[in-house]
Amino acid sequence: MISDEVRTQSNIISEYRYTTGKIDKGYNNRTLYVNVGTGEIREKPVTQMMKDKLIGGKGFGLWYLWNAVTPETRWDDPENEIVISTGPLGGITQYPGAGKSLVVTISPLTGMPMDSNVGGHFGPLLKFAGFDSIELQGKSEEDVIIFIDGNEGIVKIEKSPLKVSDSHLIGEQMAHVFSENEEDKKNVSVVSTGSAAEHAFMGLLNFTFYDARRKKIRMKQAGRGGTGTVFRNKRIKALVVRFRGVNRGLNNPVNQDILNETGVKMHREIHENDAKQNRMREVGTAGLIEIMNAYDLLPTHNFKYGSHRDASKISSEIFKKMVTQNMPDGCWYGCSLSCAKAVDNFELKTGPYKGEKVLVDGPEYENAAGLGANLGIFDPQYVIEGNFYCDTYGIDTISFATTTAFIMECFENGIINREVTGGLDLKFGNREAALELLHQMGRGEGFGKIAGLGVRRLKQIFIEKYGADPGFLNDIGMEQKGLEYSQYLPKESLAQQGGYGLTNKGPQHDEAWLIFMDMVNNQLPTFEDKAEALHYFPMFRTWFGLNGLCKLPWNDIVPADNKKEADPTKVPGHVRNYVSIFYAVTGIQVDNDEIIRQSERVYNLQRIFNVRMGCGRRVNDRVPYRSQGPVTVEEYESRAERYDGQLLELAGFDPEGKTTAEKMAVLRKYREDQYEKLIDAVYERRGWTNNGIPTIKKLKELGMDLPELLAVVEKLQ
Amino acid sequence: MIQVNGRNFTWEDGLTVQRLIELKRYIYPHKIVRINDRIIQEEEYGSTLISSGDDVKVIHLMAGG
Ligand code: SF4
Repeated sequence: MISDEVRTQSNIISEYRYTTGKIDKGYNNRTLYVNVGTGEIREKPVTQMMKDKLIGGKGFGLWYLWNAVTPETRWDDPENEIVISTGPLGGITQYPGAGKSLVVTISPLTGMPMDSNVGGHFGPLLKFAGFDSIELQGKSEEDVIIFIDGNEGIVKIEKSPLKVSDSHLIGEQMAHVFSENEEDKKNVSVVSTGSAAEHAFMGLLNFTFYDARRKKIRMKQAGRGGTGTVFRNKRIKALVVRFRGVNRGLNNPVNQDILNETGVKMHREIHENDAKQNRMREVGTAGLIEIMNAYDLLPTHNFKYGSHRDASKISSEIFKKMVTQNMPDGCWYGCSLSCAKAVDNFELKTGPYKGEKVLVDGPEYENAAGLGANLGIFDPQYVIEGNFYCDTYGIDTISFATTTAFIMECFENGIINREVTGGLDLKFGNREAALELLHQMGRGEGFGKIAGLGVRRLKQIFIEKYGADPGFLNDIGMEQKGLEYSQYLPKESLAQQGGYGLTNKGPQHDEAWLIFMDMVNNQLPTFEDKAEALHYFPMFRTWFGLNGLCKLPWNDIVPADNKKEADPTKVPGHVRNYVSIFYAVTGIQVDNDEIIRQSERVYNLQRIFNVRMGCGRRVNDRVPYRSQGPVTVEEYESRAERYDGQLLELAGFDPEGKTTAEKMAVLRKYREDQYEKLIDAVYERRGWTNNGIPTIKKLKELGMDLPELLAVVEKLQ
Repeated sequence: MIQVNGRNFTWEDGLTVQRLIELKRYIYPHKIVRINDRIIQEEEYGSTLISSGDDVKVIHLMAGG
């Protein structure tokens, strides 16, 4: 443990004093700007335009980032920013899931704006300390800590005395240093990344919260798109906020009663129904493993297949025994859905902390599906170990898993060999090799360092250095826009192919998850139906990110009478709750349509931001064929009955007597053609041109015909 | 033959909702079953027979992930 020298004057690079204020209807009406290169710290006013058109959260983040960068800005340029924001509903304690922060930056993986939604206490404490967002800009020449003292009204940039580089230690040490005693640790939250973010492009940010029952520091992750890589590139070792006195009225809502009543109703619903529905309080999101496996949607062996006979070895029943039960595992106060599960006293078997007993936050579905099934490793102990090291090294588990799965398929196909991997036998199912790759990434050594660049760059390296077939690599490399796919198999759902492909940041399922509606329920039979879903759900889900909310309490628990609603997949009862609490906090009356419009404004801003950065066009929305259909003969033949049937019924092609290669070619043509038609329908529904550019008409309708945006799209209409 | 979520499915004698759910491996717990637009309660899955030609909907209430 480091001493308290970090607090001494000699470490301070710059300091700014501010008047602590009072939140008004969910807004501080000011944000904080910190430049670690120049030492500048200042406040900025939140304008009425920002509140009206951008709401908060991701909206504020994108706006600040837009104004900070140019089309030429690369992720490691000093002008790139990391913006962390809550939203007007962020920090309320009455309704579950209101502690989220939205992180926005230009991503090292995609070169475009990335947004990542994360729990932990940083966002709400930042808000109560006086700021709706924090912008981090510049690049320091030495490692620094940024400390926001919301009790005293002081912001400091200090030299970092930290000798440790991994997040579980940074979080612990910073919480110790910046709290007065054990009790006070609950008033501190730390943002950090780990040693791998020095080298890997898939670096994540860990946001801490203090678990009072366990008396331990816990961490939630802003996983996607390399936010941690940018953080380390700026040489920020830790961003710390301290605020004492969280209480239920701090947002100064206009109607506390509505907020209370809506919250109580929701807590009752969770209490009565969670055990019968998704068991979030028991197993968190890991409960999805066996469900995805049963529906042929659990990616195994680099998304080749959707199920595996050994999947039961990493099922939720196994993890249920490993995670500590009956703990109040909410990642912010008031989240009775409590899905933030943890394994206590887990003894590590490998790596620099071998032999230590640690707390592991997880496993979530993505950890188990990615590290486990997708790599063909059905070992729960290994999944927990990989989960711990990914987090503390600051590596996005999803990108790590999808990248490693790609590497394993290349290895098994002889595209790379042990010589290339430095001796690692990276075959599917090799637990030791996968963990060693992870440790190399942490140390920035060997093949692990190269793997940390992600699938897009690996494809290039394998093609240029090892003569790999570009067509094959582009088919099996599960990335789009530079971001690795998250862990659902979209092959049999055209709508979900779009749910991944027609996103702003790249293939992450937080915009749309339509597999069941489409593939299982067959509720989206026409292109228009699919396009409507690919409009409504991404917009509705965007709204959580504008407000500092978690998506899970929307539909991972539903009212008992949800079945009776006309459109139960939208969970109308909960949409009504959101309308109520938005009014209760801000005093602004919205309806479902206005929620969608609020999101559309920001969604279109992000799309135009992509266009401005040289992406955001039709060509960028195409997807690897592995996400659309069988790339290899073995994939086709493993589900030949399904594919043969589709050829006959849908493509008008009689498969009788044809070779697998012939059938695959026809199926591919059919499926790729379907995807193009889907793009046409979705662009039209979203009010975009045939090349994916938001139309001026659409921007006018939304009141987003801002000169900056028009300047980008006008010449592309 | 019956229709399950708008797609053909082979009918068998004595087919109950419960059996259909097993055959289709519809293990996700939160769903609505309708036969010819009539909602079938969960307690009735084992006793409700599906007739040849029925239009069965098994709507999984999951827009999650
Ligand atoms: S549902 Fe889970 S992730 Fe969402 S706020 Fe609650 S504990 Fe955090």
